[in-house]
Amino acid sequence: MATSFSATLPLHGSQENRLLLPPIRLAPPPSSFLGSTRSLTIPSSRRLYHAHASRRSPVVGVQEVVKEKKVTNSLLITKEEGLVLYEDMILGRSFEDMCAQMYYRGKMFGFVHLYNGQEAVSTGFIKLLTQSDSVVSTYRDHVHALSKGVSARAVMSELFGKVTGCCRGQGGSMHMFSKEHNMLGGFAFIGEGIPVATGAAFTSKYKREVLKQDCDDVTVAFFGDGTCNNGQFYECLNMAALYKLPIIFVVENNLWAIGMSHLRSTSDPEIWKKGPAFGMPGVHVDGMDVLKVREVAKEAVTRARRGEGPTLVECETYRFRGHSLADPDELRDAAEKAKYAARDPITALKKYLVENKLANEGELKTIEKKIDELVEEAVEFADASPQPGRSQLLENVFADPKGFGIGPDGRYRCEDPKFTEGTAQV
Amino acid sequence: MAARIHGGAATALSTFNPKKLVAPSRTNLPAARSSKRCIVAGGGSDASKKSLSVRHSQKLIANAAVATKAETSATTGTGHELLLFEALQEGLEEEMDRDPHVCVMGEDVGHYGGSYKVTKGLADKFGDLRVLDTPICENAFTGMGIGAAMTGLRPVIEGMNMGFLLLAFNQISNNCGMLHYTSGGQFTIPVVIRGPGGVGRQLGAEHSQRLESYFQSIPGIQMVACSTPYNAKGLMKAAIRSENPVILFEHVLLYNLKEKIPDEEYICNLEEAEMVRPGEHITILTYSRMRYHVMQAAKTLVNKGYDPEVIDIRSLKPFDLYTIGNSVKKTHRVLIVEECMRTGGIGASLTAAINENFHDYLDAPVMCLSSQDVPTPYAGTLEEWTVVQPAQIVTAVEQLCQ
Repeated sequence: MATSFSATLPLHGSQENRLLLPPIRLAPPPSSFLGSTRSLTIPSSRRLYHAHASRRSPVVGVQEVVKEKKVTNSLLITKEEGLVLYEDMILGRSFEDMCAQMYYRGKMFGFVHLYNGQEAVSTGFIKLLTQSDSVVSTYRDHVHALSKGVSARAVMSELFGKVTGCCRGQGGSMHMFSKEHNMLGGFAFIGEGIPVATGAAFTSKYKREVLKQDCDDVTVAFFGDGTCNNGQFYECLNMAALYKLPIIFVVENNLWAIGMSHLRSTSDPEIWKKGPAFGMPGVHVDGMDVLKVREVAKEAVTRARRGEGPTLVECETYRFRGHSLADPDELRDAAEKAKYAARDPITALKKYLVENKLANEGELKTIEKKIDELVEEAVEFADASPQPGRSQLLENVFADPKGFGIGPDGRYRCEDPKFTEGTAQV
Repeated sequence: MAARIHGGAATALSTFNPKKLVAPSRTNLPAARSSKRCIVAGGGSDASKKSLSVRHSQKLIANAAVATKAETSATTGTGHELLLFEALQEGLEEEMDRDPHVCVMGEDVGHYGGSYKVTKGLADKFGDLRVLDTPICENAFTGMGIGAAMTGLRPVIEGMNMGFLLLAFNQISNNCGMLHYTSGGQFTIPVVIRGPGGVGRQLGAEHSQRLESYFQSIPGIQMVACSTPYNAKGLMKAAIRSENPVILFEHVLLYNLKEKIPDEEYICNLEEAEMVRPGEHITILTYSRMRYHVMQAAKTLVNKGYDPEVIDIRSLKPFDLYTIGNSVKKTHRVLIVEECMRTGGIGASLTAAINENFHDYLDAPVMCLSSQDVPTPYAGTLEEWTVVQPAQIVTAVEQLCQ
């Protein structure tokens, strides 16, 4: 594993554009992770062997760092940052609660997967990204889209299946896309978004090295614990580390697939350990604490922007609701739910802000009210928006509608006037 | 076999402009797709048109099911001769020169030059990132290509053997085909997925698959099959330039076909079929390797007094119902010859489409000759019996034309 980065030298001589991987170095360069003096490098086989046994391995928990920072009496966030984080998490929570209401009122259908309880992960990571960075998610993607900047109106309309939705009503709950905000979806099958995220990171590297553009965009891929038993995950960990892609793999380990406990389905449940097996750092963090997540995210994003490659971050988190709105959620233990409910990330951040005098109750209440209105307005907007017409049926199947082919009359199908009406034979 | 002008040939000849390099639209057909032997070089004169119709019957591929050298007739001197895999490479290289966003990814495409040498020399020229050697993870690298396409690149994804793309079915069906739609048109996926498929020489069951039948239902993708060096290069270029995801099916046994292709740039239309041999008695629809079996059978048929019209459908999805329809309206008899499996193959879909659209013009039921629904056996004799042979084609034509 120590030699994972020392690929074979180019066979055909060293032209500049052929150096995909750095030349062999005798000792891997030290890079400090989490501001600690422990150097986090490509783990040697000796270290790997001991990683299992001891936490003094390259992959560390964040608690130590947070403690270090507290000792020096400086806070992790400023007031502005704190309020941004708070607002984002409140938006996520309120939006999802509204979704549940609307679902039971018959305004949205199908499979709807809510994010309650996991807000710290989305906010902690996505609020560090720029607009040109990409986010790839799964079917539990409403809040990722909101954090990335997609308007609540657009997401709500999409859920209602209206024309004004971010995907014109064609995607639905599990397909939140936004080209403007570089939200690359929204995928219904678990794991199928991870290669897409790897591709987006590849483009970033390509732009830098082949097109010689100034590009340090990173991609963050979110997925769950169940996905970590899927082949696509491992294939992408390998390629991302191999090509040193600017990507962060974020595992939202909420301990449960639908009714399958993570512990029952995984031979080694500690997912962060799978990172070093592929030559990248693996970090475990308390996903119910937005500040801890943010600290880890900062390091991982900076690593990626510097061209040092991918990171695997396992966030221990919990979903307060069932897997989807159709899930009766009977299997999970009440005690477990209570334990995590006590660690509600929003309550925790509120407490932190108030205790550290970064904000007072009044300011936070104002934010909550503002968000309530925003979400109400989003619902009104979605309600008032029109449903897609028949004319939309055949649009967007192909980027170039000539792909529907040539009809018996010699014209392209898309030239048929009935095509725009959505009634053409294709 | 000359690639024939089809459709509005008469008007098209007069509007021909050899300098036009764009994909021929319906009104500007033959410039790019016409026979390389006459039109491209000089001009659509009547004389050359006549000589073309005389020459075509002499151009049928002789004996071997797979020709290694096409009979060349007197040419006008321009053009250069190459093998099919070189034509693919030439098309790919030209597009990579033209647009720096075009890149290649696949197993052994870089340093090895491609298992069928289609990407030979490209890594040296363009670098290891533009011609990416991937690990063996079809699903993931196909998905990676799709993600790259969504974010601005134009990847050409190679499946070392088309059969391996079964592992990438998740990505091809869900993401490649559907993402443009489910994103409401926000993201385009201009990928080309290509590779060799089809029944080879005793390669065994898994390496002899015809994936066009499995992929044809996926909405949002286009499928084309090349069969000559000319259309291989043309389709490769068209596929790369297309904004849609295109699956380009090559055939393992056709890579060494030799033909003279034009020096100047041309592309083939992705949605159009190719008229291989005009005729009057019966329409034979085929694609890829079976084209050569059909042309071999056609030789026999001509000697027996039949006049088959042979069309290489080229576009497997969508079908060019105009070319096919015109032919059916002329001959009233259809024989489909394909290498796909009998059940659910391209021929099955084509039969349905013809029956649906041209039922009134048929004098006989559409007959479809496909491969047996059998995993391709290793033994040479058995393998030969799973695939349609020229003798069967002759018998079928005789039967249909009674």
